[in-house]
Amino acid sequence: MLHYLNASLPTPQPTRRAFLKLSAGAVGGLLIGAVIPHKGLANTASGAVATPFVHITPDNRVIVLSKHLDKGQGTATGLATLVAEELDAAAEQVEVEFAPSNPEVYKNLLFGVQGTGGSTAMANSFDQYRQAGAVVRAMIVAAAASEWGLPASEITITNGVVSGGSNSATLGALSALAAAQEPPTDVTLKSPQDWVYIGKGFPRVELPMKTRGSVGLFGMDVQPDGGLVAVTARPPRFGATLASVDATEALALDGVEAVLEIPQGVVVIASNTWIAMQGRDALTLDWVEGSGETRGTDALLAEFRASLDEPGLPSHPRGDAAAKLAQAAQVVEAEYVFPYLAHAPMEPLDMTVLYDGQSATFWGGSQIQTVDHGTAAAVLGLEFPQITINTRWGGGSFGRRATPDGHLTAEAAMIGKAWLDAGNAARPIKLVYSREDDIRGGYYRPMAVHRVRAGLDAEGNISGWEHRVVSQSIFTGTAFESFTVKDGVDHSTVEGISDTTYAIPDMHVDVHHPAVGVPTLWWRSVGHTHTAYVMETMMDELAVAAGRDPIEFRLAYLTGDARLAGVLQLAAEKAGAAGPEGTHRGIAVHKSFNSYVAEIADVRLRDDGTVKVEKVTCGVDCGVPINPDNITAQVEGALGYGLSAILREEITMVDGEVEQANFPDYTPLRITDMPEVEVHIVRSDAAPTGIGEPGTPPIGPAVANAVFRATGTRIRELPFTRHGLA
Amino acid sequence: MVTLTINGEPREIDANPDMPLLWVLRDELKMTGTKFGCGVASCGACTVHIDGEPTRSCQALIGDLEGANVTTIEAIDTPAAKAIQAAWVELQVPQCGYCQSGQIMSASALLTATPKPTDDDIDAAMEGNLCRCATYARIRRAIHRAAEIMEA
Ligand code: FES
Ligand code: FES
Repeated sequence: MLHYLNASLPTPQPTRRAFLKLSAGAVGGLLIGAVIPHKGLANTASGAVATPFVHITPDNRVIVLSKHLDKGQGTATGLATLVAEELDAAAEQVEVEFAPSNPEVYKNLLFGVQGTGGSTAMANSFDQYRQAGAVVRAMIVAAAASEWGLPASEITITNGVVSGGSNSATLGALSALAAAQEPPTDVTLKSPQDWVYIGKGFPRVELPMKTRGSVGLFGMDVQPDGGLVAVTARPPRFGATLASVDATEALALDGVEAVLEIPQGVVVIASNTWIAMQGRDALTLDWVEGSGETRGTDALLAEFRASLDEPGLPSHPRGDAAAKLAQAAQVVEAEYVFPYLAHAPMEPLDMTVLYDGQSATFWGGSQIQTVDHGTAAAVLGLEFPQITINTRWGGGSFGRRATPDGHLTAEAAMIGKAWLDAGNAARPIKLVYSREDDIRGGYYRPMAVHRVRAGLDAEGNISGWEHRVVSQSIFTGTAFESFTVKDGVDHSTVEGISDTTYAIPDMHVDVHHPAVGVPTLWWRSVGHTHTAYVMETMMDELAVAAGRDPIEFRLAYLTGDARLAGVLQLAAEKAGAAGPEGTHRGIAVHKSFNSYVAEIADVRLRDDGTVKVEKVTCGVDCGVPINPDNITAQVEGALGYGLSAILREEITMVDGEVEQANFPDYTPLRITDMPEVEVHIVRSDAAPTGIGEPGTPPIGPAVANAVFRATGTRIRELPFTRHGLA
Repeated sequence: MVTLTINGEPREIDANPDMPLLWVLRDELKMTGTKFGCGVASCGACTVHIDGEPTRSCQALIGDLEGANVTTIEAIDTPAAKAIQAAWVELQVPQCGYCQSGQIMSASALLTATPKPTDDDIDAAMEGNLCRCATYARIRRAIHRAAEIMEA
């Protein structure tokens, strides 16, 4: 998402003084409440160390407060790893809780607000959470030194056990004394060669719970006493307006408590989710004829294609592509079509609200807490301190829970308000999306069309590259517009093209951003979802046209990007000369979110002509690999997510109405299509970068390039189902 | 009124007979381990065991369950389930975890019926369980690993 900041800002360093000021609290000692006006922080039992990022309780638990949402990407464990490393805690004693919403303390240092996305969690927290661990460690050491009458230099901590002279104690046993210690004004972090967890491994903190039903973890599972459920009937077309509603039948159902109108639609509130859905089905709704976005995807595609003939707004043009193309010995020209895509996280969206007129509490998988907090304040006319956001574990997101307009929280807030305004006593109300609401609910990866003209000279070298993209801007008109939009160009539409590190001196990229009433959003790896596909299939096509080996051809253009070349060489070496008998090989390599991933796909065609990806060999460089097994898991999952999209996913609309509704017709990858995945990680000592998303972009082009080798056909219109390949 | 056994306890349920078991569990009994993913038998997140058979609870109407024996993720403790849960942690299978209640219920039933499943057996038993995080490669490995654990 907002990784664009990485490119333009120096690596953020919280000033030491500010950081230590925020770390300095301890219950019974320094009052954090005085520094950080948030009730969530002062809540620990006395005798506990309670800094903003780490608590140590007398019963020997180390609780790390995660400022980031964990929706499966392993960030909570990543942050726990950093704290445990510097504190020398034992893995078994470390737990994670989500931090309260408080941007002053818990902002993403790359965003300036509290939020998770753009594969930035570890990048922005690497120093901060290690320092947090080191501060607490120093307080424990000081406590042990004073208790045992020893100099601090004689105190050691190993695997959660504090020792000095003939004494030893747990962290918990020393927590009360430690809480009374003055936090240090300076800390020294461990040298990498002393790391016991970073780069080695740390078990995911929540996995035992996730094998026993994840009870209490997800927003969907919030079941407060007296709680109600709300479902909303939304317009059949984006932006359509309500003409009339007849709720008589719905209100007659046993268990339906209320039917309320809010700007988003008509809300049915009931004691049970199923009853609320039955009530919604029983509504008679009329929408204003012709209101909202009435174009279907065929009409939009025709308009997008027409724009390909008109010059767009340039993005980092360089050299003279037109002149070079005019001189080229051969020109390869291609058009590509990418559909709208839904994120479809397994946990459909939900947000619980309790609003009593003076204050409001929310529970849910909030991904940009500051936006949700501010949205709720605006809707309810409350100040920040009157609102509490309780972040829950997210059942997947892939970008969907991070909305710049906070629409889910806004809707929940409006429901809370409408309920109260209707004269009811305050009760917790959980707004639930059905799967149909999710698939039809917009906030899609935007549809995109590309046209590329790339030339080769007589020696088989690239001679000019013209590239036009037509796609809605994701960022324009949002609070985050200034992060990516410059001179009318939303960089997220052309990321991976105009900033490619392939040394192509004569390149002209331009873009059209059509206005369409379909809400769009970042979808795991954002623009790279389509730009990598075009770049890497085109590089393959050029290599073939030039009669050159696809790896050698790419490496020839990567002389200025040793890390991208490095992962390609690593993957190539590990994949060996060829895949299993009967398979065809395709490769792709792409940088995104400051991480570098190469994927080599060995693909078989089944008897019915459909594609089976047998094996994918990956080379990955994401800087210091904090938790190698989690990096492997993220790359497995990210490429599975990308493969899912290119095989079978598309959202289509007829006259503005979405045709798909649920998993029978919006069809994600199943176990039968999952390849074997091998991930090879570069042992880098560069600063850690993202890994939630970078595994997604290369899989599509790698598979498409393999399909070309199997069939001689270039797939330029997605998904593969359109060609009988899936 | 429907009388059935849930996780070994006799229960009397007073609800609309057309209400799916999923919503009886989640919203009436507040047992949230069984997840809602699609409501149309297409994702497997809601899988429970009814009389030992893996079943989509979003399609099992409470009115049809008189006398049934229901086991959910909160209480499953067959040898197969214990091996599956151990292998799931050992191989660090879950990511977001939202599908995993259903995956574990399906995999446990598979392993009880077929203690040494082949890859084809796994495909057949697990194809109905979606995982949007695509943890499938680890699910496959962990089922094989659980088979080893059970054998030992
Ligand atoms: S919720 Fe029952 S199968 Fe998806
Ligand atoms: S672990 Fe997230 S859907 Fe399976």
